Amino acid sequence: MNWRLWIPLALFAGFLALSAYQLNQPKDEFVESRMVGRQLPYFDLAPAMPNQPGLASAQFTDGTPRLLNVFASWCLPCIAEAPQLERLQREGAEIVGVAIRDRPADVARFLAQNGNPYSAIGSDDLSALQLELGSSGVPETFVIDGKGMIRYQHIGDIRAGDVPMLLGKLREARQ
Amino acid sequence: MKRLILMIAALVSCFSMSVSAQDTMPPAPYAYRQLDDPALEAKAQDLMETLRCLKCQSQSIADSDAPMAGDMRHQVRLRIAAGESPDAIRGWLMERYGDYVSYKPEISASTWPLFAVPMILVLLAGVILLRRLRNST
Repeated sequence: MNWRLWIPLALFAGFLALSAYQLNQPKDEFVESRMVGRQLPYFDLAPAMPNQPGLASAQFTDGTPRLLNVFASWCLPCIAEAPQLERLQREGAEIVGVAIRDRPADVARFLAQNGNPYSAIGSDDLSALQLELGSSGVPETFVIDGKGMIRYQHIGDIRAGDVPMLLGKLREARQ
Repeated sequence: MKRLILMIAALVSCFSMSVSAQDTMPPAPYAYRQLDDPALEAKAQDLMETLRCLKCQSQSIADSDAPMAGDMRHQVRLRIAAGESPDAIRGWLMERYGDYVSYKPEISASTWPLFAVPMILVLLAGVILLRRLRNST
C-alpha cells in the first residue's frame, strides 16, 4: 500500500492536535500596553478633587521615579488595592493618581474611606490619558522613571505579593 | 412585616452595590452624537466597527455601551472631524494596544501563515490535479 496516502490524515491529525493544544491554553484577558519602554505622552490634567494638585507630564522629569495609579471611585478592585498602595507609600514610593470618569466629590469620599496615598491626582473625564497610555481598565499601575519614561505596567489590583516587586521596579527605575 | 422590610432593604443595597461599579459621569460628547457631516460620520462609523472594545473584548466600539467604548468613539469622531485619516487613527491605537485593538486583518510576523497556508494548499491541489489529468489522458 502506498504510504503517501496517509499524509493527509497525518496532517489533519496534526491540525487537530494543534487546535486541542491551543484551545487548552489559558486565555489572556489582559491587553498589555505597548507604551512600556516609551516616553509618557504630553498631558496636563486638572485636579481630581479640591486641595490636591492636578497631574501634568512635566512633573515626571525631576529625577524621581513614581507609580502612576489609574483608578476610579466607582471601581471595586480599587478599594481592594487601597491598603497595598498605602503600604507602598509607607515604604517610600511616590504615588500619583489618575481618576477615570470621576466626580470631585466621589473622589474625595473614596479617599476619605480608603486612604489617600497620592501626592497628586489628575482628572481624566474622557479616558483620554488612559487611551494615550494604552491602559484598558481600572486599576492599573505604571512605573515611571525620573525622566518620564514608562518602565513597567501592572494590570489589575495590586495584591500584597506584588508590593515587593513594584518596589523593586521603582529601584530599577532609579538607576 | 419586619422581615419583609429587611428583605427589601437587602435587595435595594444589592442593587446599589452593582450600580456603584459603574461610573455616574455623562457619556463623552461624541460617544452617542453623530458628526454633522454625513460623509465624515460614515467614515468614523466604518472605522469604529473595526476597532475592538477593550472592556468588552468581543464587541466593536460601535456596538458597545461600555463607557470606555464611548470615550473611544469620542476620540475617533473628533480625530475624523479634525481631518485625520482612519488608517492614522487605527495606527494611533495599535501603537498603544497592539494588533489586538483592530479587527481588520493585517499581515504580520505572527499572522502570515493564515494567508500563506491556504494559498499553498490551493497551489498543491492544482499541481496534483494537473498531474492526474495529464496521466489519465
